[in-house]
Amino acid sequence: MLLQQLTNGLMLGSTYALVAIGYSLIFGVLRLLHLAHGEVFMVGAFAGLIVVLWFSLGPFAAVFGGLVVAGILGIILELVAFRPIRRRGDNYLAPIVSSVGAGLVLQEVMTKLFGAEQQGFPRQFAGAVYDLGIISITSTQIFIIVVAFASMIALHLFVTRSRLGVAIRATSENLEIASILGINVDFVIMLTFAIASALGGIAGVLVGLNFNAVSPFMGIDMATKGMAIMLIGGLGSIYGAMAGGLLLGVGEVLSVAYLASSYRDAFAFGLMIIVLLLRPRGLFATGIGEAR
Amino acid sequence: MLGGYWDSVAIFVGINVLMGVSLYIPMAAGLISLGQGGFMAIGAYTSAVLTKEGFSLALALPAGAGLAALAGLIVGAPALRVRGIYLMILTLGFGEIVRVFFLNFEPTGGATGLGGIPPLSQLHWVVLACAVVIFIAWRLRGARLGRAMIAIHEDDVAAEAMGIRLVTVKLFAFAVGAGIAGVAGVFYAHQALYIDANQFDFSRSALTFLYVVLGGPANPLGPVVGAVLVTLLPEFLRVVADWRMTFFGALLVAFAIWRPDGLLPAPRFK
Repeated sequence: MLLQQLTNGLMLGSTYALVAIGYSLIFGVLRLLHLAHGEVFMVGAFAGLIVVLWFSLGPFAAVFGGLVVAGILGIILELVAFRPIRRRGDNYLAPIVSSVGAGLVLQEVMTKLFGAEQQGFPRQFAGAVYDLGIISITSTQIFIIVVAFASMIALHLFVTRSRLGVAIRATSENLEIASILGINVDFVIMLTFAIASALGGIAGVLVGLNFNAVSPFMGIDMATKGMAIMLIGGLGSIYGAMAGGLLLGVGEVLSVAYLASSYRDAFAFGLMIIVLLLRPRGLFATGIGEAR
Repeated sequence: MLGGYWDSVAIFVGINVLMGVSLYIPMAAGLISLGQGGFMAIGAYTSAVLTKEGFSLALALPAGAGLAALAGLIVGAPALRVRGIYLMILTLGFGEIVRVFFLNFEPTGGATGLGGIPPLSQLHWVVLACAVVIFIAWRLRGARLGRAMIAIHEDDVAAEAMGIRLVTVKLFAFAVGAGIAGVAGVFYAHQALYIDANQFDFSRSALTFLYVVLGGPANPLGPVVGAVLVTLLPEFLRVVADWRMTFFGALLVAFAIWRPDGLLPAPRFK
């Protein structure tokens, strides 16, 4: 029973982790909150739905669609809502305002296109349930866990093994020095937005597959939880976001099973407050958040 | 005074002005909160329950403000250890916890909400409350405490070295802000007449943040201008009917690019 809950928690947590990594990546390079990231996640979910409904393609294509559309959307948001403010000086409150504005636009556009109600996300897998003795797991769950962990491993390899990944980490460390060392910082920031958003888009499709539903307002809860996870993991820490997301997923599932299910949505913030009281810089402190 | 519809719009503008000032005061000390909606909820529920039990608004208003301020002290205490974006997300978490609490707390209606609240929010009381808090915010700049807050905002280490009690001043700023948000909540409850937990969600706190940052966080009149603008804009955008929020959102982006430091500049000290 406990193992079963842990599996469910890992599946839920892996989608949380993908969203939280996006917050951490963007916080890393720009030191600010991207309040439209939840809407990017939501648009990614709809992109996956379109791939399935209009083009009748399978779950892998849906994930790919969510990844591409959300990634492009991330680049557009950076160019429209973040870069022009950066050009006008170092202000970290104004981009929060513009990202709220961008999020409102995305919500209403998607409401106009698909309606304000939940849209059913067709099941992609026959109801096969694999009984592994102590736990049983459905094909959908396997798909979600495999895709989410594959994305995280790919990200890990990218930031550690590739030149561009190193450039992202250097920019997170210190934007000015990275710029002096010849890194095209504007390009790195755009790339970071693309990667962060693409991961959010993947998460959107996975959540759609999991709950068989998407809605224009599905990003709001995910956004607040994603920010809590970023704090739990440590601002700007990619691995902290992964660990924090998994921890929250498992914690939420266990709290529903053994504590009060109705307080499930407050669990993330309770956990966050406890972690911050014990480790004020989060589980994987990076030192990045000190300046602000 | 202005006729039903505009009367009600004016009251909501006033409530949002109160919310704006409720965030301006902690922000003057460098404490940014994304959880003002939580304090507003505490004020709203307190007053709604008390007046439904037969108490008068004269008692329910200070009770709502006081409980919200108390919550501000409780949140403020751990918040003293963190700042900047940590504090923003921490307060956001507090706001969400309050929302989920009221969503599940059966004595105040739980998920079905609380209806049948007596309509006690009269425009002149709202205007008076706004005038009082704007006066406080304005005068605070010249007062010892207000100067201490500005010093902390600029550099809290230097301020502490100058003998300013960081803990006292920060907690004061946080609690006063929370209390004002509580007052806004009281008026909101007696104007909306029906409240449920989701009316005080993250978007309420985010809007409050917009009032201050758009209006100008360095000017006491900034949150007032911001609140009036942000509240009335969607009313005037009725022209574009179905695409109201799209235009509103696009305008927010444009404003943030055009005036990243807010509409009103910091007033100069005499």
